Amino acid sequence: MRIYLEHVTKSFPSQNRKEKRNVIAVNDFTYEIPDGTLTGLLGPSGCGKSTTLNLICGLETPTSGKIYFGDDDVTLLPPESRGVGIVFQNYALYPHLTVLENILFPLQNLKGPEKLSKAVMLDKAREAADLVQISRLLERRPKEMSGGQQQRVAIARALVKRPRVLLLDEPLSNLDARLRLQTREEIRRIQRETGITTVFVTHDQEEAMSISDQIVVMKEGIVQQIGKPQTVYDDPVNLFVAKFLGTPPVNVFSGEIRSGQLYLGQAPVLPFPGGRDGPVWVGIRPEGFVPSPDGPLVCSTRAVEVMGRDTSVVCTHPAAEAQIRAIISSEHDVSGDTVRFQLKPAKVHVFDRQSENRIYPA
Amino acid sequence: MRLRHLKGWLYLLPALLFLGCFMIYPLVDVLIYSLEEGYNSASQTYFGVGLYNFSYVLHDPYFLQAVKNTLLLVVITVPLSTGLALLISVQLSSIPKLRDLYQTVFFLPYVTNTLAVGLVFMILFKKTPYSDGMINALIHLFGGETVDFMDGPYWAKMLVTCLYTVWIVMPFKILILTSALASVNPDYYKVARVDATPRWRIFTKITLPMISPMIFYLIITGFIGAFKAYSDEVALFGVNLNAAGMNTIVGYVYDMLYGDSGGYPSYASAAALILFAIVLTITVINLLVSRKHVYYA
Ligand SMILES: Nc1ncnc2c1ncn2[C@@H]1O[C@H](COP(=O)(O)OP(=O)(O)OP(=O)(O)O)[C@@H](O)[C@H]1O
Ligand SMILES: [Mg+2]
Repeated sequence: MRIYLEHVTKSFPSQNRKEKRNVIAVNDFTYEIPDGTLTGLLGPSGCGKSTTLNLICGLETPTSGKIYFGDDDVTLLPPESRGVGIVFQNYALYPHLTVLENILFPLQNLKGPEKLSKAVMLDKAREAADLVQISRLLERRPKEMSGGQQQRVAIARALVKRPRVLLLDEPLSNLDARLRLQTREEIRRIQRETGITTVFVTHDQEEAMSISDQIVVMKEGIVQQIGKPQTVYDDPVNLFVAKFLGTPPVNVFSGEIRSGQLYLGQAPVLPFPGGRDGPVWVGIRPEGFVPSPDGPLVCSTRAVEVMGRDTSVVCTHPAAEAQIRAIISSEHDVSGDTVRFQLKPAKVHVFDRQSENRIYPA
Repeated sequence: MRLRHLKGWLYLLPALLFLGCFMIYPLVDVLIYSLEEGYNSASQTYFGVGLYNFSYVLHDPYFLQAVKNTLLLVVITVPLSTGLALLISVQLSSIPKLRDLYQTVFFLPYVTNTLAVGLVFMILFKKTPYSDGMINALIHLFGGETVDFMDGPYWAKMLVTCLYTVWIVMPFKILILTSALASVNPDYYKVARVDATPRWRIFTKITLPMISPMIFYLIITGFIGAFKAYSDEVALFGVNLNAAGMNTIVGYVYDMLYGDSGGYPSYASAAALILFAIVLTITVINLLVSRKHVYYA
């Protein structure tokens, strides 16, 4: 099911009595989630990710704007009529019911012509349990299971009615690092197998990048950029997106454009034709540095961390905001006090000093 | 190691002494009194040891009346007050804006003195040769037969007593249940809504199990409290409850000790032990039933 949000805005009345201003949690969203894809909603805490998910789910109604599932306008439809399944961060499994009873719960709500016989319900529940591989735990209660298992049960419960849309709010944040890696692959697999349009929320960029077909980067209720993970990483539209994506993070320098050249400190590092002269922000990805004896960027080395295939060089430069981290191939020799770098043009992004929007060379 | 044990007991000593003086000793004493036949409190002598006191109490029409009153009170007020409190709390929880105000209003009876509330009830329900009282005026207005609730037929007096008891115990139950309801994670309700769960099913399958420990707590303490009813009846009908036919078991015990017919600690002890046996039985039954229906997180 294709989901389309059209100029969706959601504001909450301020809880603070002194300050009567409304909190705008989601500000003028317009985007399309193609049918059968896995979309990651990504952004820092409080940027309106959960609110967006609740809007799609129907637990909140937008202050203005419209939401479409396929061609149906579902803006005013209550959640139970939308055909969605949702998994919350804490899973919200009913603790007094067994796993099987939890999965059966949505099916038992069906009424009238949709009402199922006991046997059919059991079949469907077993099928959902098989899909998430918890068939052997059906008689357990939620508290007798690990976080990862509970999360699978929650997904099974959300999927058992074959929803048109599956929504996951920070599904992995309660899991430890190893389980998180494993479970995100699992989510990817389940989504592929069922083909259900899935939206999941996370504040972990790595998570979003690794499994999504499409990511939506948000900041303070406003969409910053939408696209394939690699595209957004390679071509960020502003400094926020550049900083938010990537581990290790992008290195930010304060630079300057002078007569068609990009300067970091006093050194001209790259040609930058067509740019207006003046100060800019420069973001350089860690993999954008190439050591070279006559490279223009001279940095003082602080530490060299060998990581097998790659080497991570921590160094400083007067124009850099913080310590620089460069990931280079281990073949290079970086044993001196200083190291000189050449830059890969594709890994260097230039941003306006005021608006922090991307500036492209002519 | 031994020293540490000694220290532990030493720390417990004050509490143990206190419990011994004010709980264990009186209990044992009650047991002894109840078995001493023909005990005379003035001379502190008795004829023999046996079960005569129990037999006397169980054949005393006043005691049987008291047992009947108490049982009626328990059977009527505990389910009624708990059910009503649940209903009100659920309604309160669905109107967050007015909840604080209503919570205060519903809590007022709890902080009001029993006797003051009794007085108000008396004024509402009493019928004198000169005036009818508010309730009777209302009954009259709707064309009903007026009744003297305070000094009339048994059912009328029982009705007032039950109303009064429910009124007195409700605030505490509402307070407990509203906080229990507020502590249920709202995500359960959200998931249930998304899954198109009918409201009644949400209530019975999610809300009730979640707050079942609190409901159970209220039922147990409600039973125990109602079995120990006494002061409420005094507030309504005065100290001579036997004359009003509205005595309770605790009232009977009190009368046997200090009332007009007083000075019979042996009968009082026997009655108290019978009450103890009843309460214990009911509580054990409650616990057994709860095992199946109460879910502890
Ligand atoms: N019911 C509400 N009433 C008032 N303000 C709200 C409400 N829900 C959310 N907000 C506000 O809306 C903004 C976005 O909240 P939201 O929960 O969507 O953030 P989020 O991106 O999910 O953050 P997190 O990663 O911490 O979960 C926040 O500033 C929050 O304070
Ligand atoms: Mg959130």
